[in-house]
Formats: sequence, structure tokens, C-alpha cells
Amino acid sequence: MPETTYREAVRDAMSEAMRRDESVFIMGEDIAEMGGSMGVTQGMLDEFGPDRVRNTPISEMAIVGAGIGAAMAGMRPIVEIMYQDFTTLAMEQIVNQAAKHRYMSGGQLKVPLTIRTQGGAGWSPGAQHAQQLEAWFVHVPGLKVAFPSTPEDVRNLLYASIYDDNPVIFFEHRTLYGLKGDVPEEIEPVEFGKARIHREGEDVTVVATGRLVHEALAAAEEAEGEGISVEVLDPRTLLPLDEDAIVASVEKTNRCVVAHEAVVRMGFGAEVAAIVQERAFDYLDAPVGRVGAKFSPLPFAPIMEEYVVPHARDVLAAIKKTVGKN
Amino acid sequence: MAQIAAAEHELRRVIGDAEGLGDREVEGLSEGDLLALYRDMILLRTYDERSVVYHRQGRIGTYAIYWNHEAMQAGAAYALADDDWIFPSYRESAIGLLRGLPAATILSWWRGHPSGWWNPADYNVASICVPIATQVPHAAGLAWGKRLRGEDACALVFFGDGATSEGAFHEGANFAAVMQAPVVLLCNNNQWAISTPVSAQTRAETLADKAAGYGMPGVRVDGLDVLAVYEATREAVERARAGEGPTFVEALSYRAAPHATADDPTAYIDLERVEEERTRECVGRYEGYLRRLGVLTDEQAEQIKAEAADVMREGIKAAESEPPADIGLVFEHAYADPPPQLAEDLAELRRILGGSVG
Repeated sequence: MPETTYREAVRDAMSEAMRRDESVFIMGEDIAEMGGSMGVTQGMLDEFGPDRVRNTPISEMAIVGAGIGAAMAGMRPIVEIMYQDFTTLAMEQIVNQAAKHRYMSGGQLKVPLTIRTQGGAGWSPGAQHAQQLEAWFVHVPGLKVAFPSTPEDVRNLLYASIYDDNPVIFFEHRTLYGLKGDVPEEIEPVEFGKARIHREGEDVTVVATGRLVHEALAAAEEAEGEGISVEVLDPRTLLPLDEDAIVASVEKTNRCVVAHEAVVRMGFGAEVAAIVQERAFDYLDAPVGRVGAKFSPLPFAPIMEEYVVPHARDVLAAIKKTVGKN
Repeated sequence: MAQIAAAEHELRRVIGDAEGLGDREVEGLSEGDLLALYRDMILLRTYDERSVVYHRQGRIGTYAIYWNHEAMQAGAAYALADDDWIFPSYRESAIGLLRGLPAATILSWWRGHPSGWWNPADYNVASICVPIATQVPHAAGLAWGKRLRGEDACALVFFGDGATSEGAFHEGANFAAVMQAPVVLLCNNNQWAISTPVSAQTRAETLADKAAGYGMPGVRVDGLDVLAVYEATREAVERARAGEGPTFVEALSYRAAPHATADDPTAYIDLERVEEERTRECVGRYEGYLRRLGVLTDEQAEQIKAEAADVMREGIKAAESEPPADIGLVFEHAYADPPPQLAEDLAELRRILGGSVG
């Protein structure tokens, strides 16, 4: 089991697909010589050449739109949107086009497009460079949404995304790129809609995504010292969502906390809370807790950003509140 | 770097007029080609005129009229090979007829019936794009994808004058030029975007002038002259296939009919001008040209029109004899592999309808 970083794992999934399959290529801003603003595609230009590792103009709408067209031509394009915040510039192509083409052809046209993007706070870049916008995309029928939190999952899920016949929004977290972890020798594509339980526990289930998976694991460690047994579940894909795994876990622990970095209000966690109360109401011993960012644009000032986004201590506080130990 | 041709401000024309412009001939077009183009135009015209009637009779929904756009649609499509793709806007909703798409399918589309879905790859005709200019990046991407696959195909994308104000047009055109993608950008400048005249859309002298900013040739043709459109598109396709990248073709016409069946242009348009334009409409002009050449006889014209009328009669009959839409399809087509929640929704629907669905 070699150790690799989250960044290398992303690159490895793409490179492996491109080695095996001529129809896979990547395009985006500054991904060629520079290797991407996060260094993810470093070295890929040398291996695959400028046609398959293609710098584009600064045109998010055209990057996604042309990706759709290339997918229609029989390719499996990977497009990179440099910052998740910039998906706003391509929303028409993502929401009205990529998500709808299959439906509008009566299931006859496939759009095997992977839209990779990254975001996440923790380095104080301000209001337009670190948002977590996954809730927008899980609201759109026709899209799939992945948000892996470990090197192994990011590698396996990205490979699965490239070979998925639906458009996939693939979220990477900015602060996880340096995270190291063991990965299997061979890529093992993960089925969408299958959660991973990172830690088993008895008293409360924490459903966490992205960076918050690691915050939740830290909180669980601390909670254990206080006699609280925490189960940490990472859905890995938000759409489709492994509802059965979440419900089964809550039926065991009878308590649930949802934790994500995106703003709490109207967030993905609200949907998880709704599913839990619909399907496991009689098992619940406490209201579902929610952890996420304050309802504010991300501040530029580090001390303010630190306050707005959630950390392990916030997850711990929610755990203790849910089990009645605060 | 591609040679940037200055926009041809003078409209390219092949068909002559009563004001003294003589007829020209397009090299390489046989009499059979000329008649095939006529057949295409008559089919499109008949589809359009019958559709307005069907709408008034409540047999199809709101319909985007394309009367007087048949020349640019037929002319441009005729310049393509079968492997080339067409990306229509809603104004070209029936262009699939020229690729063998049944009239019943397109009529079903306007009836909002699932039998109106087609597989774009079966006809190399993309789904009709309703948001404005969105299809321009698709065409650029498809053309680029074909090139990556080592295929010879190019793409033709239709959009209107109003679409040139959209970001998607700009990004798609620039992307196509930078990638040297084999695509033809065909701008249907009918001078109106619903109620907004082209003068309120841009301060550019001509829309073809925009091409220079993207480093691609821009040409202007009389959009009511099917042969001029054909010739200009053929040259653009040749450039595309030779690896010289995209061309912007501005086909100038006039929207001598409402934007759509739901539109009442009397609130904004000069009706005298409309009447004047209708006397110059494109099908009659081409018919006159063919008669002057001695290529078209009365009998042939009658027969071609009768055939088109038959196509529509059969088409509407087939569309109307489709069984009601299967509601269960709503859960089946959004995903290649629907999430389990959709299967639950479908099961619930089946339960409500007593197992008659799906």
C-alpha cells in the first residue's frame, strides 16, 4: 500500500485513465506548463502532450460548454474549473445543459463529462476564492456530485467519475491536497452512492464531508476521552447519496450530527437531517445537530475566517449537545 | 496564424434581381443539386406554414416560426457532409428534416411528447437549444473533440443576431478560434431579437466585424439567397476541414413573421416594411432563379410541393396517433444509472397508477 498525497492521487487517477484510454483528455486554465494553480496536473503535459493537456482561454462557460460538445463527440473530457467560486460563470452550461442533455434526448445522448474543481477555507483568501457550493449542485437532477476526503477515495472516485456516463461535479478540498494516505496499488473504482465509515461508534453518528471528515475524526478522538463513542460517516458522493448507510448508522447510535464547511443554513446538512427524521424518526433520541459555516461571506481577515468556518471544536460541541453532555 | 479576411461588407449574392443584378452560377452544383436544394426549401417552408396552422388548431404548442429563413437553413446544411454536425437554435427546429429526421418526431417535440426525442448521434443534429447562444461552445467542443479523435467532421452552429450579445457566443467563438476547431458559426441576422432590433443589440457596423476580434474570417451573405449561403458555407467548411479553424458567416435576412406563435409584433414592428420584405421572400426568389435557368418546370414544382404536403399530412397523423406520454419516463432519462431514490419514486408512481406505468 504505497503512501501518496491527495494531490498526487488526483493526478494519478487522471493519468491512469489517459494512459489507458485515448478518449480521455483534460482542459482548463493554466493546467499545462504550469501544472494547474494547485499543482495537480504537474508533469501531465510532458507525458500526454498539448492536445490532451490543454490550456484554455479564461472562459469557464466555454470550458464546460466545449467539454459537453467533446463528450457528445465520443470523448470523456475532464475539465478543470480553477476555483469552485468560478463555477458561477459556467452555471448555465452545468445546470441547463450538461445536466439536461440526456433527459432532453429521452436518455439517448450521454454526456460523460467530469468537472473538477476545488475550494475550501483555511488559508484566508477572502470572499470569492474558497466557498463550498456543493448544495447548489445537489439540487440539480441530472448531475452527480462527488466530494472525497482522502487520497484513496479521491483517486478511486475520480477514476469512477471519468468512466461515469453522467456529468459529474467533482469537488476537491484546497486544504487536503497535501494530505498523505495509503492507496491501493491498483485503482479500485468506487461505486457512487456508497458511504465510508471512517470510525465506528455507539453514541452518535457524525455525517461529515470534505475537510470536516478530518475535523470530525479529531472531535471523535477527543469525545472518546470524555466517554462518548462517535461514529464518523463520510458519504463520499453527495448525489447520489447513500441514505441507507446514514439511516442504518443512526438506527444504531440514535443520534446524528451533520458537519460540512459550507454555510449551515439551507445547506446539504439540512437535507441529511430531513432524511434522518423521515426514515429514522422513531430511533432518534435527540434533534439532529448541524455544524457548518456562519451565514456570512468568507472574510479576508484570518481571525474572522477562523471564526466563520467550522473546526473540530465545533463538531465536538455539537456532539456533546446531541448526547446531552454540554 | 490564419489569414484574417476583412469582413466582406458587401453582401455576397448569387441570385439576381429585378434591379439589374444578373444571376450567377455556383461552381460544382449540378441541376440535381439545384433541385435538391429547392426540395429542401419547400419541405422546410411547408413544415413551417403547416405548423402555424397546427398551432392555431391546438394540435402543437407554442412554435418558433422560421418563415423566410429556409434559404439560410437549406443552403448551409447542403454544404455539409453527413458526418458533420448541426447545432440548431429553436429557429432551426425542423432542420433535422434535411437529415432524415421524421416530421412526426419534430412535430411531437413541439407537442411536448416523448416521441419527439431523438438521438443526436443518429442524425448528427444536436438537441434544440433554447437558451440563447449556449450551443456555440458545444459546437466548438464537438469540433475539437472530433479533431482529437482524428475524424474529419466539422460542426455548423446556428444562432441569431441577438445571440452575439451573449457571453456564450463570445466565449465559444474565442475558444473555437484559439483551438482552431473546425466549426462554422452561422449567424442568422434577421434583424430582430423578439422585439429588440439589431441596432439596439450592437454598435458594430456589421455583425461580421466581430469576427476580426477573434482572428477568424467574417463574411456577409444575403441570407435570402440559398446559393450564396451555400457557397459561403462551403468555403467555410473547406477552411475548417483544412485545419484553418472557424469562420463567421453573417446571413442577413429579415424576420417577416412573428418571433413565435405567442408573439404579436404589431406592438414594435413596421408592418409596411414586413409586407415589403414578404414580397422578396427567399423561396420565391430561388424559384424564379431556377425557372430563369430552365431547371424547374411547373410540373416539378407542383410535384415537389405535393410531396412536402404529404410529408406533413403523414407527419401530423403519426404524431397525433402516439399514445399518451408514459409518466414513468420522468424518472428514467435524467441518469444513465438512476440513483436509488428515483427507483423508489417510480415504484410509488406505479403503485398510484395501479401498475400501468413503466
